[in-house]
Amino acid sequence: MRAVFSKPSTIIVLLLLVVFTVSAASMAEANGGEISTSLIKTLGMTLCLCLAAVAMDVSWGYTGILSLGHFAFFGLGGYMIGMWIMYARTERIVVDSLANAPLPPTPQEIRDGIGTQIFGVVGESEIPFIWFGAHSLIIQLALVVLVPGLLALVFGWLAFRSRVTGVYLSILTQAMTLALALYLFQNDSGLRGNNGHAGLQNIPGFEDVPQSVVSVWFFVASAVALGLGYVLCAFVVSGKFGSVIKGIRDDEARVRFLGYQVTHYKLVVFVMTAIICSIAGALYYPQAGIINPAEIAPIASIYLAVWVAIGGRGRLYGASIGAAFVSLLSTWFTGGRVPDVDFGVFSIEWVNWWQVLLGVSFVLVTLFAPKGIGGLFDLIRLPAPRPPWRGEASKDAAE
Amino acid sequence: MSALLEVAGVSVSFDGFKAINDLSFEIAPAEMRAIIGPNGAGKTTIMDIVTGKTRPDEGRVLWGENNVSLLKLSEAEIARLGIGRKFQRPTVFEDQSVFDNLVMSLENPRGPIAALAYSLTGGDAARVREIADEIGLSKELPRKAGELSHGQKQWLEIGMLLAQDPQLLLVDEPAAGMTVGEREHTTRLLKDVAKTRSVIVVEHDMEFVRQLECRVTVLHEGAVLAEGSLDHVTNDERVIEVYLGRSGER
Repeated sequence: MRAVFSKPSTIIVLLLLVVFTVSAASMAEANGGEISTSLIKTLGMTLCLCLAAVAMDVSWGYTGILSLGHFAFFGLGGYMIGMWIMYARTERIVVDSLANAPLPPTPQEIRDGIGTQIFGVVGESEIPFIWFGAHSLIIQLALVVLVPGLLALVFGWLAFRSRVTGVYLSILTQAMTLALALYLFQNDSGLRGNNGHAGLQNIPGFEDVPQSVVSVWFFVASAVALGLGYVLCAFVVSGKFGSVIKGIRDDEARVRFLGYQVTHYKLVVFVMTAIICSIAGALYYPQAGIINPAEIAPIASIYLAVWVAIGGRGRLYGASIGAAFVSLLSTWFTGGRVPDVDFGVFSIEWVNWWQVLLGVSFVLVTLFAPKGIGGLFDLIRLPAPRPPWRGEASKDAAE
Repeated sequence: MSALLEVAGVSVSFDGFKAINDLSFEIAPAEMRAIIGPNGAGKTTIMDIVTGKTRPDEGRVLWGENNVSLLKLSEAEIARLGIGRKFQRPTVFEDQSVFDNLVMSLENPRGPIAALAYSLTGGDAARVREIADEIGLSKELPRKAGELSHGQKQWLEIGMLLAQDPQLLLVDEPAAGMTVGEREHTTRLLKDVAKTRSVIVVEHDMEFVRQLECRVTVLHEGAVLAEGSLDHVTNDERVIEVYLGRSGER
């Protein structure tokens, strides 16, 4: 852990995060400030995306696993927490509506009521087996970790054991997220098909708390999660484990001949980053309010990679900057508040043209600034006071 | 004294081409051996087989006193048994410092959890400095491996092998692309190493092999053509025909 906090970038990121969180939260509507509830939610969601991007960077930037399926884990986290929110809220509604019945309702009646309420939309009334833990927040929180962790473990084991690497692995992960999305689109998937889960912003047990306050809670929780996740990732990529995974990225075969089981290392990274993404998703969707299978369409995972590339892969703060920068810009452009550019013959409507702009900047960054936005910080890098054999002495410094 | 490594009756073919044909040889503990042969003789393939990269179609590869078969083991497991390999092109982790390259190679538990929990001990740091002295890179420890000269990268890779503390080193063309001074350093280094460990050197360069002063195995078309001292094999008519004759034309 010592190595993590001796890195200036980690300290700076954590300080900035604290300053940003405290000032934004204190200026929130709930605390009599100027920042609207919807903006607080956007900022909180952005922090969750940053966390996912940091995890993606550990996988891609440090280990060389270009997973184009990590958003599937993000979405699964949202689904797992969404199940509890849907169930607990519906249970309350059903109990309330049966309260005036002549006879007190039996548990079976309540269960039937919940089933009809939640699954009526897909023509069902039975509660599927996968909702076995939906009544319990604890179980669903455990599933936020276990479900994506297990999926990543099985998928990763099959892929890494067969030494699938590079573009083939990327395609496999795309297939994984596509298959999952298509499955969830089915009405009989047990997760309400294309309706997904809605009303997730209403947290059971806190119905009386105004959204302006709930949004601040989630905003702060997202910031804490990002901070902890960042420290965890910074720890993982430093030290000997970091050396080994960077070695795997640069020359996998060589690492094997050093006696390291590459498969095990990749699995640890893949599963860990999947779980981090899932936790980020579990915090994101209660702020977004809705999750449906379109969220984990293949393009979402590609965006995640684009954020990391634009921010600068191989440096965790770069990934966070990329995710924050691009996703906030995307919100701004697609929010309809950017003035359209009218050329008379045709006009650039940013809602549609934003994608083009994003695509072009991705190409430009890849070609001309492979270090991304994070590369700018190299220009102002201060000489770090480190033991002589730990420093990154440059040629200039050596002379 | 039993052999450290025994390769017996090994054959392998790629798409019908027989790269190794009923090849057998043995390496004794603390023996230095040079393997020479023209291009395509199967020198690199036999290293691939011993280190687990390639699986032979037939034959046995046995290791150590207990005669462990290497054919069922993964590359990492074979490396852990004590067989280190240096590639033809220097392959070091260019993005990381010389120090980190050596720390990663040090003989320590290799699991992910152990790597996460690892913190540099005084003993390990001292061992790294000792190896750096041995390979002449003490002053380069903080530099990125990618900034080293070609020769220095070759030594770093040998240093990484030493850090693994193997019983057998497989060294593929260590002197390729080196200056005369660098070659002499490499020769000394290998001879030093061979005092306590077995070393197999695959080499093209006869002059370099001569300086190693060791037993020589000549490969041709995937089989052993001759074996013995360098003078013995260079006087063998078949060797002259297939190998020396060719290089003599240059």
